[in-house]
Amino acid sequence: MVASRAIGSLRRFAASRTLRCPGYTCRNFSASSALLTRTHINYGVKGDVAVVRINSPNSKVNTLSRELQSEFIEVMNEIWANDQIRSAVLVSSKPGCFIAGADINMLASCKSAEEVTQLSQEGQRMFEKLEKSTKPIVAAISGSCLGGGLELAISCQYRIATKDRKTVLGTPEVLLGILPGAGGTQRLPKMVGVPAAFDMMLTGRNIRADRAKKMGLVDQLVEPLGPGLKPSEERTIEYLEEVAVTFAKELSDKKISVKRDKGLVEKLTSYAMSIPFVRQQIYKKVEEKVQKQTKGLYPAPLKIIDAVKTGIEQGNDAGYVSESQKFGELAMTKESKALMGLYHGQVLCKKNKFGTPQKDVKHLAILGAGLMGAGIAQVSVDKGIKTILKDATLAGLDRGQQQVFKGLNDKVKKKALTSFERDSIFSNLTGQLDYQGFEKADMVIEAVFEDLNLKHRVLKEVEAVVPDHCVFASNTSALPISQIASVSKRPEKVIGMHYFSPVDKMQLLEIITTEKTSKDTTASVVAVGLKQGKVIIVVKDGPGFYTTRCLAPMMSEVLRILQEGVDPKKLDSLTTSFGFPVGAATLVDEVGVDVAKHVAEDLGKAFGERFEGGSVELLKQMVSRGFLGRKSGKGFYIYQEGVKNKSLNSDLDGILASLKVPPKSDVCSDEDLQYRLVTRFVNEAIMCLQEGILATPAEGDIGAVFGLGFPPCLGGPFRYVDLYGAQKIVDRLRKYEAAYGKPFTPCQLLIDHANSPNKKFYQ
Amino acid sequence: MTSILTYTLKNLPSTSKWALRFSLRPLSCSSQLRATPAAQTKSKKTLAKPNIRNIVVVEGVRIPFLQSGTSYKELMPHDLARAALLGLLHRTSVPKDVVDYIIFGTVIQEVKTSNVAREAALGAGFSDKTPAHTVTMACISANQAMTTGVGLIASGQCDVVVAGGVELMSDVPIRHSRKMRKMLLDLNKAKTLGQRLSLISKFRLNFLSPELPAVAEFSTSETMGHSADRLAAAFAVSRLDQDEYALRSHSLAKKAQDEGLLSDVVPFKVPGKDTVTKDNGIRPSSLEQMAKLKPAFIKPYGTVTAANSSFLTDGASAMLIMAEEKALAMGYKPKAYLRDFVYVSQDPKDQLLLGPTYATPKVLERAGLTMTDIDAFEFHEAFSGQILANFKAMDSDWFAQNYMGRKTKVGSPPLEKFNNWGGSLSLGHPFGATGCRLVMAAANRLRKEGGQYGLVAACAAGGQGHAMIVEAYPK
Repeated sequence: MVASRAIGSLRRFAASRTLRCPGYTCRNFSASSALLTRTHINYGVKGDVAVVRINSPNSKVNTLSRELQSEFIEVMNEIWANDQIRSAVLVSSKPGCFIAGADINMLASCKSAEEVTQLSQEGQRMFEKLEKSTKPIVAAISGSCLGGGLELAISCQYRIATKDRKTVLGTPEVLLGILPGAGGTQRLPKMVGVPAAFDMMLTGRNIRADRAKKMGLVDQLVEPLGPGLKPSEERTIEYLEEVAVTFAKELSDKKISVKRDKGLVEKLTSYAMSIPFVRQQIYKKVEEKVQKQTKGLYPAPLKIIDAVKTGIEQGNDAGYVSESQKFGELAMTKESKALMGLYHGQVLCKKNKFGTPQKDVKHLAILGAGLMGAGIAQVSVDKGIKTILKDATLAGLDRGQQQVFKGLNDKVKKKALTSFERDSIFSNLTGQLDYQGFEKADMVIEAVFEDLNLKHRVLKEVEAVVPDHCVFASNTSALPISQIASVSKRPEKVIGMHYFSPVDKMQLLEIITTEKTSKDTTASVVAVGLKQGKVIIVVKDGPGFYTTRCLAPMMSEVLRILQEGVDPKKLDSLTTSFGFPVGAATLVDEVGVDVAKHVAEDLGKAFGERFEGGSVELLKQMVSRGFLGRKSGKGFYIYQEGVKNKSLNSDLDGILASLKVPPKSDVCSDEDLQYRLVTRFVNEAIMCLQEGILATPAEGDIGAVFGLGFPPCLGGPFRYVDLYGAQKIVDRLRKYEAAYGKPFTPCQLLIDHANSPNKKFYQ
Repeated sequence: MTSILTYTLKNLPSTSKWALRFSLRPLSCSSQLRATPAAQTKSKKTLAKPNIRNIVVVEGVRIPFLQSGTSYKELMPHDLARAALLGLLHRTSVPKDVVDYIIFGTVIQEVKTSNVAREAALGAGFSDKTPAHTVTMACISANQAMTTGVGLIASGQCDVVVAGGVELMSDVPIRHSRKMRKMLLDLNKAKTLGQRLSLISKFRLNFLSPELPAVAEFSTSETMGHSADRLAAAFAVSRLDQDEYALRSHSLAKKAQDEGLLSDVVPFKVPGKDTVTKDNGIRPSSLEQMAKLKPAFIKPYGTVTAANSSFLTDGASAMLIMAEEKALAMGYKPKAYLRDFVYVSQDPKDQLLLGPTYATPKVLERAGLTMTDIDAFEFHEAFSGQILANFKAMDSDWFAQNYMGRKTKVGSPPLEKFNNWGGSLSLGHPFGATGCRLVMAAANRLRKEGGQYGLVAACAAGGQGHAMIVEAYPK
């Protein structure tokens, strides 16, 4: 008895002793009064290290909002003033997110460039204080560290990051049409070298932790932990913090230095960069490249180059001034508003507004192992969905399975997957020629040839074998879903899923509901689409739904322009210089001339006069000659394996000559040609909203940009009308209407917006 | 009183200071002395099952385990295996023709002797009519050899089986690169000089870069030490705890060696060298010395070092297993029964080395025993951090509920019954041979220290694990 009591007191003694010397244990904080009063940030002290924890309430991510910034400054001031504290660690309490960037709404609420510039200057000042801190600050990064978050991290003396897939660093500002405005353009080049800094800031790409370590963007990596006495994520953050505290101590004790050993290549680069001539050449090179890629449509990249240049050539102070001014200017541009609009739209289209489906889709079956079917299979198996890929022939199935394997294997080559992961993902796929196992399918997506009779046949076959709850989704670009559903025993389970090719690259998924489709069916396909990583718009059924319907009139105009004697190369350059990522003629080749013909005929029938323009005869003749586009090697262009510069298909000259129509000189300037294409697109998009095909303008913009390549700098057809004025578009349409008639008649909703300039699609 | 005492002991956090633990040592001894009468209160008197043959270990031996690159470095794996077999023959005087079957475990295979069991058996003079095969299951290969033998006897196929294991880390197969191999194979097939020349013309210098046997887990590309370091961190096992545990292992092994307790070791006259009589990896050091070492895997802040990991080892072991009635008929006095065993497997990334945690409750359940019934624990020590992480996992209800689908924890083994004669950290760990050493250590400890049940457990690459109950043979 006595013995056990003795041990008990021993244990208690041990515990109290550790409390008294705080350097020993990690778990005891000396309480701070601030702990209770702040909402975004709190801090505790471990020994002589302050641990600042960032955790914005009610949000999955931390963003640099005004409140967070002011609390951060308060906390840091306390830490600097406290003699007991010798170093600090910054860490987020949210798994998967350090700081995701500045608060976009904070920028959006600014009325003038000056206001934004001031915001930028505040940020610059805050981070400069961090940079000059005599107490070393260690950023412990787990999860996304983007934009302002990265700028914060690189102002610290030391960075430690978790080496997992969720941890990414980057400066995505350029994708929003702005620049890193809190010292990023000045600090980043010094940290990773000018070329790497340009690459980061101009592409906005995410950099994974291990790559960041190699670049010198972070100093140490921490391996993610498995489960121990706590869930993995929780323990990993705790461990990251423990490691960071150790390093913070060693930094303040000067046991380690913040200076990094540079490799030979790095040394050589930094030596080269010290030569003014080399620097000038690099600026020039980068500017040329940017010009070529943006066609001058995006102002942000050039200003980023400018701000970096100013900092390097004229010193920090000038650099900061330049950065903040340009930040202000950029935030007020139409391009940045358009891009931010797209960002918001994308966030919106990544949510399932139809609620949680009753049944989680675990078994998926895909009919047709063609380009689309195999693509859908690929984006499903790598999310862990057991997928059956069924085709009618062994050769077709082979090709499809090979496509999935190649898609995964390419990721292995890029080191995004290990070969083992590839194999285990690939084992989620079953290729077969019969309906075995369909009795377990929760969802069937058919991607068979675009032929109504065939689709009816497979629908009936599928319904005979699948369980009652199974959803039947049709991947079609133009066949109305209600027509497909007409032979179904359970039309409430039938829905359209329009994927875009190539499925693993294109982000958009257009979901088409009929009058009869149930809400749970919609919720279920949206859930699957989101799992597949898609941005989703949900539209009503109708000929061409939304995306194909917008594209068709533009394509009709493409044909007319070609018939008027403009050659495909010129047409391509006109469309790309307007901001489309792919030229109009090339697009037809990519989509497939036969598909385009199909769509043009179907929609031509459905919409009549309004869809007129060029003659479908052109497409018909091309199809009959076997010019099906890229897939057949010939279309408007000739495609050869390994040849980069494609040349025009001269066999087409005869066909074009025979179908030539005289151009109308007053609507044939380059600019007119561009606007004839774009206005028809925009007009049709707005008509879709008017008719209720589209539920919201945001979905319309997302669909147009992510599915059809509508110029992102314009933000999509609706944002474009809002930013540039409905009246201007109506004027253009009227001018072309005078020349060509009905296809250019502006729709009522557009006219309404032109008549009352206060009316906006986005309030 | 006793129960309160042991309770307190078990609940001491394993993070407590070494000094504290040391001060408890005399206490634990006294509790153990008093625990002797408690042996009668075991939940089961024996694990014999009706209608199932009792299987016994007659004897088990091993040649001394040496650090790789020392006395065995010129030999081949079957040489070591043969030495172990000869040692067993010598110790037991078993007539060679009585042996029905021979099974050996090995991990890194010498391609020339891929069925090393057969080559060693022939060399050791066993009948060429005795079949032999080789099994591989990473660090539990010898366990697999033994349990395969158990299966053969239990099913009535055999009466007498020799099981063992061997590993020679002094020499590993380093291959030509795939490209070089392909060219050589194609050259073999080429018929004309022209074909040969055209093949040779495709030769590039990088064909010569050799291919080393993988030290990393194939599925995750992570080395085991790296995984052990992460495991230790996941369970918040400190560097000091690990060093202390390693020191314990070395100290106990040294003591056991000095007191002559390691009776399973048989001397091996290495051709051209002196006779090797004892393990050479036992090196009790001091905590200060150990603290100086830099982490070996996760640099610069990890906790797994050379001093708290098992080292690369050469060695072999062999064991004579029989049906009880056969052993008695032949006049042997068996050492122990081999009872229930399990194999488990789990996530090869984050739980690579947690095999014992998963296997222990399962095997106890199967045998109808509890932790308190066990008198001798013999766990394979891959890394200090791995052992301590397993202790913590076994002692966590949260872990049991969330990862093992169990209602409660099984509890961690009491340290005073755990690896009392050293473990893989100090004695060495020839991958394929360790399993037999564990079983023999448990059997010999039960005979020496008294007690009825021993529990053997081990983790293995691939995220697998094994546990077996060893029951002392009544004296």
